[in-house]
Amino acid sequence: MMKKVLVFLFSLLFVLTFSGCHGSKGLDPFVEPEEFDLSKGYEITFWAKNDTNKVQTRIYEKALSDFHALYPNITVNMRLYTDYGKIYNDVITNIATNTTPNLCITYPDHIATYISGSNIVVPLEDLFDDPKYGLGGSEVRFDAPAKEEIVPQFLRECTIGDHTYALPFMRSTEACYINKTYVEAMGYEIPDILTWDYIWEVSEAALKKDGEGNFLVNGQKIMIPFIYKSTDNMMIQMLRQKNAPYSNEEGEIGIFSDDTKELLYTIAEHTKTGAFSTFKIDSYPGNFLNAGQCIFAVDSTAGATWIGSDAPLLDISEDQLVEFETAVRPVPQFDPAHPQMISQGPSLCVFNKRDPQEVLASWLFMQYLLSNEVQIAYSETEGYVPVTTKAQESEAYLDYLSRCGEDQQEHYEVKIKASELLLSNTRFTFTTPVFNGSASLRDAAGQMIENTAKSVRRKEKVDDAYFAKLFTDVNALYHLDQKSTGAIEKSDLGALPKTASSLLIILAAVWVLIGIWALRNFLRRKKTDPTH
Amino acid sequence: MKKIVALVLVLVLCAAFAGCSKSEEKADVKGEGVMTYAQYIAADFDTEVVVETYVQAKQSWWDNKATFYTQDKDGAYFLYEMPCTEEEYNKLTKGTKIKVTGYKSQWSGEVEITDAKFEIEEGSYTASAFDATSLLGTADLEKHQNEFVAFKGMTIDAYDETGAAFAYKNDAEKTDDLYFKASKDGKSLDLCVEFYLTGKDTDVYKAVEGLNVGDTVDIECFLYWYNGANPHVVAVTKK
Repeated sequence: MMKKVLVFLFSLLFVLTFSGCHGSKGLDPFVEPEEFDLSKGYEITFWAKNDTNKVQTRIYEKALSDFHALYPNITVNMRLYTDYGKIYNDVITNIATNTTPNLCITYPDHIATYISGSNIVVPLEDLFDDPKYGLGGSEVRFDAPAKEEIVPQFLRECTIGDHTYALPFMRSTEACYINKTYVEAMGYEIPDILTWDYIWEVSEAALKKDGEGNFLVNGQKIMIPFIYKSTDNMMIQMLRQKNAPYSNEEGEIGIFSDDTKELLYTIAEHTKTGAFSTFKIDSYPGNFLNAGQCIFAVDSTAGATWIGSDAPLLDISEDQLVEFETAVRPVPQFDPAHPQMISQGPSLCVFNKRDPQEVLASWLFMQYLLSNEVQIAYSETEGYVPVTTKAQESEAYLDYLSRCGEDQQEHYEVKIKASELLLSNTRFTFTTPVFNGSASLRDAAGQMIENTAKSVRRKEKVDDAYFAKLFTDVNALYHLDQKSTGAIEKSDLGALPKTASSLLIILAAVWVLIGIWALRNFLRRKKTDPTH
Repeated sequence: MKKIVALVLVLVLCAAFAGCSKSEEKADVKGEGVMTYAQYIAADFDTEVVVETYVQAKQSWWDNKATFYTQDKDGAYFLYEMPCTEEEYNKLTKGTKIKVTGYKSQWSGEVEITDAKFEIEEGSYTASAFDATSLLGTADLEKHQNEFVAFKGMTIDAYDETGAAFAYKNDAEKTDDLYFKASKDGKSLDLCVEFYLTGKDTDVYKAVEGLNVGDTVDIECFLYWYNGANPHVVAVTKK
């Protein structure tokens, strides 16, 4: 009798285990609780990113502790990364095991992948508008921004499909950092808005050498006049400025076009002369600029503290550093009357959990990261701008901006000029459509510039046939031909195939038999062993 | 008679040892179409190079590629993100001889082979550390770029204004490189414990975490270059 009971229990256990494996539909959609339970303790996890900048780490730590003082029942544990890509990879890995953090720093492109699972990321619209716990709600224990106080442009970037899945945390764009001293020595003036023609012309002019092979402009053996850090952004912005296809909201890809080819021909031409290179090929543009070996260095405004003769952060030795005046301009344009530049920078998303109270606790902390205390402090660490008008227009922030160049640390001139660049050009910023696969498309856009530049340097023939092959190779490498065409499609794989179901049943049966056999042996031993 | 036999034996032994040490120093005989180290060094950047070399160390494998520190008897070749399957990576153990075809490149002063393909060949060689202490602060140090080298009797300096002996790239999580500085006779060296070569569970990572300013150490490392010498350290021994 006992044996039969045990066999039944084992069988039941295995069946339940298997049904749990396959039949799981994941988490239920988040439903906001009426009240936040202050009597219960919550421990939430925040995956953040710093730019190898210890001040940023301290600001995060202070935010955690200040928030805990406001909500003693919420403890936020932070895990710091130095790379957005690693956060993305870790989130993907943890979605599979239901062990995502409660909230993390992210990019909309990444969220598009996260939400291909069911109810993984919490849509925020209902939370925004909740009168008690929403943005600036009555029960929020700090001075949170209202929804209208988030810069609309930045908030729109966080909308994917029909839902807003993120809040912007910081925003930056790209800047062209210029060795003004050298440009003027060559007889050029720097316009307020650079054009691509201007960049190529000055870059080619900077390649003149003396009889001993030294570049006239710097007297050195090395000069790469124009270096671009993110070739993804370079291609994306060039296409946008030319109103050429990249992708649409439906996820249809347009980069393999004659417009792209034309741009690549120009890039190839200036790579051949030595006027242009990239970060991946040579190194950080800022390092070359600081060593007097570059004229135009395009990098994020969030990297401004590494740029210039007096930069607070340096990656080259003092003896390599040269004295020069730095000018900061928006990225080069095809139509200077209608400038267009990319908007980038980290956003925040909240992951769904079984306990809606835990999600609400995460949401409250997310809101806290948009408070003036955090926004102003963090934006001042680099050429970032706060994402709320509440912070941007605050007395403290305006005072910070007004003290541009007062010192070489907090008020470092290049850093504040980089922030001002975005503040005064926010209306000219754009982002690319987000869909499952948009992150790969972005990589592909940059890869075409990298491959072209490398091929030119290696003296390969770069012609129409080359570009036809390049398009095919890049398309295949990034699996762009396998992307879903829907903007956000949640694939329903349907029922398991019969063969798979049969296999699972057989596996279950085998495990049941093993269990019975092991149990039988155990009971037999027990009967014959007097010590048990 | 015994004396003569003993003398002959001694002579034979001496000759044998001399022969041994000579063959140790002898340069590799390269296969057809393969460059000597001198030819590799003379080659222009962005040109195709073909070398035979021996794996000395490797960074972790990821996304079907890995970075290798390799060396023959004449010099070193740094193979940056060479495509390989995980199975191939596991076969590329210390000493393994490989023929590599790729492009000579330079990134922040580091000379490397990129976009490389390889095939495993018969043969094995493990380099012993070349003592580069006397080359500190000289232009000759760069001639040993990427080689397995030693710096002996170095003093640990403060890494930054905090006075710490070392710094984490990611001090909150300790999941990234470690940096420290050492000097001898006023000649300073910036050093790195590269996380993907020697992670936080390795002896060298722990040894550097245990350093104090003023400690005297012997260091073994691969002479990586990043805007100047920036060795990737694999062993630190306190004196």
